[in-house]
Amino acid sequence: MLDSYLPILVLIVIAVAFAVGSVIMSRLIGQKKPGEVKLAPYECGMPPVGSARERLSIKFYIIAMLFIVFDIEAVFLYPWAVMFKRLGLFGFVEMGVFIIILLIGYVYVWKKGALEWE
Amino acid sequence: MENLVQMALQNVNMAAIMPSLVLCCFGMFLLMINVFMPRGKTTAASLISLLGLAVTFVVTLRAWNHPELGFAGHVALDNFATFFNVIFLIAAFLTVLMSDDYLHREGYPVGEFYPLVLFTTAGAMWMASGTDLMTVFLGLEVLSISLYVLAGLFRGQLRSNEAGLKYFLLGAFSTGFLLYGTALLYGVAGTTNIADIGFYLSAHGKMLQNPMTIAGMLLLAVGFLFKIAVVPFHMWTPDVYQGAPTPVTAFMSAGPKAAAFAALVRILILGLGGLQADWSSLLWMLAVLTMFIGNVTAIYQTDIKRMLAYSSIAHAGYALVGLVAANAVGISGILFYMLAYTFMNIGAFAVLVLAGKQGEDNLTLEGFSGFGYKRPFLGVAMSIFLFALMGIPPTAGFAGKFYIFAGAINAGYIWLAILGVLNSAISLYYYLRVMVYMYFREPQEDYGWVRMNPGTVVSIVLAIVGVLYLGVVPGKIMEMAKMALF
Repeated sequence: MLDSYLPILVLIVIAVAFAVGSVIMSRLIGQKKPGEVKLAPYECGMPPVGSARERLSIKFYIIAMLFIVFDIEAVFLYPWAVMFKRLGLFGFVEMGVFIIILLIGYVYVWKKGALEWE
Repeated sequence: MENLVQMALQNVNMAAIMPSLVLCCFGMFLLMINVFMPRGKTTAASLISLLGLAVTFVVTLRAWNHPELGFAGHVALDNFATFFNVIFLIAAFLTVLMSDDYLHREGYPVGEFYPLVLFTTAGAMWMASGTDLMTVFLGLEVLSISLYVLAGLFRGQLRSNEAGLKYFLLGAFSTGFLLYGTALLYGVAGTTNIADIGFYLSAHGKMLQNPMTIAGMLLLAVGFLFKIAVVPFHMWTPDVYQGAPTPVTAFMSAGPKAAAFAALVRILILGLGGLQADWSSLLWMLAVLTMFIGNVTAIYQTDIKRMLAYSSIAHAGYALVGLVAANAVGISGILFYMLAYTFMNIGAFAVLVLAGKQGEDNLTLEGFSGFGYKRPFLGVAMSIFLFALMGIPPTAGFAGKFYIFAGAINAGYIWLAILGVLNSAISLYYYLRVMVYMYFREPQEDYGWVRMNPGTVVSIVLAIVGVLYLGVVPGKIMEMAKMALF
């Protein structure tokens, strides 16, 4: 039974090896010419403004939470779309129910004003 | 592949989760109603949730003696689940009845209260009918997350915040134990299906003493014993019960506790029956510890909500005695006791809901001085519930304790029964003390703030009827509890 997990293990090993390997290799053989600009924290290419350790608004937290909900919806939609024909009407109704449940949550947060920034 | 899809589709059986489906539909409907109603108008929501609970009650009762299996054996709506479903629904019904006026008085007319109660009840149902560790876990999470929010519902009150946060942190931690136990048992048996774990262990006897099996059993037990509030996993109970809104405390002490018992009984008896010698000696000690620590600590409490929290710990200990016995009388005794406890404890909290001033700082022993004379009906009601909690005949508490201790004696645990009765005697002291304050102290207040709002009064009356019915004619319900065993 465990054999079927072997490809996943291989994938994990390759992914970790690639990530760790790239960092180590670039450190070993890469050129290093540090400068003031290069050592500054990266802020999307803009000149850095203020300290990086600022307190963030709690509103980001709500947005992140809502994002996860709909992100998960997308995760479920992909395999469902692949199997759509085989699942037939039943699968269609099930996914409809699932989306309606999420929609209720969406309407709820919208009317509660969780999506308004100010 | 084609066959797999077909099989998966055929195994879906909506009838097996029908009661919780109805509840969830009502819950989502209520969420939508709350959003479009003006703020602070929650009466309609409370009436709709009562309707939802009543409809679910009818759907649930129809499942009695008509077991349904669904979702490839992950969910079973057998008599065991149905009996517990009835307990959850009664607990939720009594809670919702007393909530509306209370929420307005305390200044938090939050409509989300009602859908959250319904979702908690649905989660409890999945715990009781889950025949797979994953289904039980799913139910536990739905139940717990809703309860965390309910405990912290009064977000401007420090106590309520503390209750919500404490319950969340410790609850999340204990859920980790539960999952770890599930993972270990899966590692042993290669399945998370409770009955299949049982079959595997009885077919491979030498796996029983494998450390992995024992560790899995212990970790699972920790997860559930936390929810039941058994010593030494009880530390959260007093703070959470005291800080949470009173109806939520009432609900928490009845519904979710019964749900955790349901899951624990199913897992220990069906899945880990082969380890009975191990878990019953463990639970023996925990039951004795729980009864003693709960009862002795309750003596020192002056706040009544906190006292009832410790009393609730002690009652979990009594119910555990039935699980130690693990025979038909003991297990059906647990079912009966949970039903009885639902009536008597929620009833006692309903009296507190009426007796409290805004902020509830007067719910102390002193605050009840002369209460019985100034408010005769509430005094008598409180006395009935306290007598039931003590286990005095002819109340439900007596019948429940009788069955549980009879089960223990039948199974040969005579000392456990003796210690249990001894503890009932200890508990007399702090329950009677409330009555002494109510009837033998000069009233210091005129209790003019007590408003007999109809919902709460109906809730109290229903609880009295339940307590007396179960106490006077326990036979019929006990027969049903016996039929509910698997």
